[in-house]
Amino acid sequence: MTNELIKQKLTDKFGEQITEWEEPYGMLTFRVPAEQNLKVLQFLYDDETLKFRFLTDLTGVHFPDRKDEELSVVYHLHNLVDNARIRMKVYVPIAAPDVYTASQLFSAANWMERETYDFFGVNFIGHPNLIRILNVDEMDYFPMRKEYPMEDPTRIDKDDEMFGR
Amino acid sequence: MSRPVQYNTKIKIVKMPEGYSGEGFFSTSFDKVVGLARANSLWPLPFATSCCGIEFMATMGSNYDLGRFGAERMGFTPRQCDMLLVAGTIAKKMAPILRQVYLQMAEPRWVIAIGACASTGGIFDSYPVLQGIDQVIPVDVYVPGCPPRPEGIIDGILKLQDLVHNESLRRRGSEQYKNLLESYNIQ
Repeated sequence: MTNELIKQKLTDKFGEQITEWEEPYGMLTFRVPAEQNLKVLQFLYDDETLKFRFLTDLTGVHFPDRKDEELSVVYHLHNLVDNARIRMKVYVPIAAPDVYTASQLFSAANWMERETYDFFGVNFIGHPNLIRILNVDEMDYFPMRKEYPMEDPTRIDKDDEMFGR
Repeated sequence: MSRPVQYNTKIKIVKMPEGYSGEGFFSTSFDKVVGLARANSLWPLPFATSCCGIEFMATMGSNYDLGRFGAERMGFTPRQCDMLLVAGTIAKKMAPILRQVYLQMAEPRWVIAIGACASTGGIFDSYPVLQGIDQVIPVDVYVPGCPPRPEGIIDGILKLQDLVHNESLRRRGSEQYKNLLESYNIQ
């Protein structure tokens, strides 16, 4: 199992839809259109030579400078038979961060998508239980988005007397 | 002639409270006896969430041995305990649970915040961490340190024993105490 083979198979199947091929530190990375994510995941899962049937990680990234594709969802996939790993990215605008859920395909995606929703506000369409998982339920913002100052001078829950500030 | 068995005669005993004694009787104020008994048989309830909890375990271990001060038995149900030791970072999601544990303790109850995180949020100056447990429950003693050494924790407990020893029996029924609890929306 080589990166060239994976790339070849994906290009044969999806053609020009898969872009931004990279190999940082030897790990094949590519970009998929957001509405195609399930089709690609299913293909990688079902194909008898690729066999990417283990979801190592699913997380989000916020790129404030990328216009209309501010939020990214990253899938890390693992072929346990040949010990091969790939990274798949989709990008969505922050105004409508809709991505199809992978929780039907990988049960592990259930909580990881909840976490990504919790911290980045990505809306996973079709997720069975898309609620906050780590933060308090009352929270009304997505804390990992890069839109907050490092320290909020107006906060009132920090007792400055304790720190001599 | 020295005996083969050497008994330990250097046992320290708590000082008798002030009072009047005669043949076959001793009289003193109720306050002092109750304070003496409470201070020297505190039942700790460890609420350990991180590294300060490890220091607390060392405090309970044989080297430092908190049992010497009468706090030998830890209860892991709040209903039996009167000293809540909060050791470690309390996330905002944990705050209602900590509060519930406090509410389940019977009066009289005391709270020690062990370490910088429990006292003030410590280095975790960020959105998910409670900036000091005194935002949700009243605290009697704060132990500084990140984490404090077992000596520090013992010092905090001795400070608390002082408080317990000298606490007026009327304090828990007083207007001031009620106002304190009310400011935390308790009862």
